Amino acid sequence: MTATLTRGAERIQAAFEQANAQGRAAFIPFMTAGYPTAGAFPAVADALLEHADLLEVGIPYSDPLGDGPTIQRASEQALAGGTSTRRTLALVKELRARHDKPIAVMTYVNPIYAVGPREFMRLAADAGVDGLILPDLPPDQDIEIADLAAEYGLAVTFLIAPTSTPERVRLVAEACTGFLYAVSVTGVTGAREGSALGEVPAMLALAREYARVPVAVGFGVKDAATAAQVAQVADGVVVGSAFINAIREGQDVGALAAEIARGCQR
Amino acid sequence: MSLNLPSYPQPDGRGRYGRFGGRYVPETLIPALDELERAYHAAKADPEFLNELDRLFKDFVGRPSPLYFAARLTEHAGGAKIYLKREDFNYTGAHKINNCLAQALLAKRMGKRRVIAETGAGQHGVASATAAALLGLDCIVYMGAEDIRRQAMNVFRMKLLGAEVREVTSGTSTLKDATNEAIRDWVTNVRDTFYILGSVVGPHPYPAMVRDFQSVIGEEVKVQLQALEGREAPDAIVACVGGGSNAIGIFAPYAYLPGDQRPRLIGTEAAGEGVESGKHAASVAGGRIGVLHGSMMYLLNDDEGQIVPPHSISAGLDYPGIGPEHCHYSETGVAEYVPVTDAQALEALQLLTRLEGIIPALESAHAVYHAVGLARELGPEGIIVVNLSGRGDKDVAEVMRLLEMERDEGLLDKDVERVVGEVVA
Repeated sequence: MTATLTRGAERIQAAFEQANAQGRAAFIPFMTAGYPTAGAFPAVADALLEHADLLEVGIPYSDPLGDGPTIQRASEQALAGGTSTRRTLALVKELRARHDKPIAVMTYVNPIYAVGPREFMRLAADAGVDGLILPDLPPDQDIEIADLAAEYGLAVTFLIAPTSTPERVRLVAEACTGFLYAVSVTGVTGAREGSALGEVPAMLALAREYARVPVAVGFGVKDAATAAQVAQVADGVVVGSAFINAIREGQDVGALAAEIARGCQR
Repeated sequence: MSLNLPSYPQPDGRGRYGRFGGRYVPETLIPALDELERAYHAAKADPEFLNELDRLFKDFVGRPSPLYFAARLTEHAGGAKIYLKREDFNYTGAHKINNCLAQALLAKRMGKRRVIAETGAGQHGVASATAAALLGLDCIVYMGAEDIRRQAMNVFRMKLLGAEVREVTSGTSTLKDATNEAIRDWVTNVRDTFYILGSVVGPHPYPAMVRDFQSVIGEEVKVQLQALEGREAPDAIVACVGGGSNAIGIFAPYAYLPGDQRPRLIGTEAAGEGVESGKHAASVAGGRIGVLHGSMMYLLNDDEGQIVPPHSISAGLDYPGIGPEHCHYSETGVAEYVPVTDAQALEALQLLTRLEGIIPALESAHAVYHAVGLARELGPEGIIVVNLSGRGDKDVAEVMRLLEMERDEGLLDKDVERVVGEVVA
């Protein structure tokens, strides 16, 4: 790992710092690229970016084993519409032309290997991607990916979970360069009933011992109320499935994003 | 003879076979995989565990399975002697029961009361449900909607055994999607659930653990062939590969021998309608390196990393990847992997049935087909062992449907005539 911060890591950390300085947790909406259609995605992303501190864009993938049914169905729909790895990066490039806020791409590792790790990083950097979120890549599995990302100026985010041992939390936290992503529950992505806090406080206490980067919490945050709970303890709040559900039900994504962003106020 | 679980030089400490294998899973599962690895190593060294597994192998599964000299098939092929390792004799009808009993026993030892499994053809599901019933564990089996249609009888068996069968309709509604769903369940319920994985795929330590449990097949062949032919190793071993558990079970005890003592190890991949057609499940011949279900392996995926749905006449081979140890064997030349088409498997199924009175599973028929040609190539001094991984009862309805289709297309008479002609000759 390089000692100096990459461009992407600087931009992502600055976004967290700015939000936290304003008494907010950073608001990080997620959207599957190409959803609901490749044509409609840019407007959805614009609406989210208006309220976001950082946007997470998912590369649609045929076998997303860390995701629940909501994001999986969104991926299937996006893939059917022709959005896959390269098209996602092209869509991000279009967004970059209109927005200066940091954008992180969430991808399973197989699309990275298929395109070729170096070529993937080159395309991502060219598109203006700031960071990568890697849900099925524990950092000790493939050092090359993180090194290549750094070489191309990209930050990397790995995940910790409530089951993570102190040794694993340390390993993951030290490998993250943009922010650390703490999964609120044992499970897959998706809006849930009940408190989104779950086992978060204990996990965060552990994470903060080791992390040199901000810690965001995701999985199961679905509205302003659950976002507010998480904002009390985390540096950032990730919300994904709720926006996909909103699109499916014909609701105004921008209005929901505004409401959840207000929930991130401390 | 009491049971010993072997120790092989692969994988390395990080769960890698060369560049294949590993643990590409959500972080939530890493501590569970560490726990499983520790529990497995402890069990492997515990005489109590080994004795119990040995007792179940003998009295419940019916091991050792026979090594049967297929005289009429040998005569038909006109070359090397062909032996069949009769895993079809196992209780529940296939090699799958070896691994399921062992994993269920391990689950119980770890204090897990709930087991989950994925299944394609249903053999692994039936075996998991059977082991769970025997040991008093709750069992949930994930199965693709398409496979539920193809294997209705096995679905009924699982339910009769007390398992809950959960239909998977995501993706292509087949084995890969059932596996995704099982992993999602495990991510969610990891603290009290044991995932009984059905093949030598998945994150470390599964490929190694399943191999060790299945290696009883090859270890028995060594003893049996010594008694029958005065030598432990045949000239060639042929086994079908989807994920590759029956093949690794018969290969591994020979794979780490020095090259000059090692038999030719040949895995038959499901070539479906032909590797060129794009409708196949031949991951070595028609795939490229990728990651699925936690492991790096040869994989059917497009140039953007999306998994390409596999096709095979046999639901048990209908998987887009192949176990990481097989990938390493292929890359290092320890084993060869050859494609066998749907039509060739169907032909071999009929051939073995008519010549030996054994209806093989469609999976195993892929191996039988290749063995016949290989026997001619090796000549009468040679000895081939074919792993007959399972019996064909589960496939009879599907075979009937396929043969009726051929008849309707005017193909069957010619085919039957030819098979009968070969039998008489």
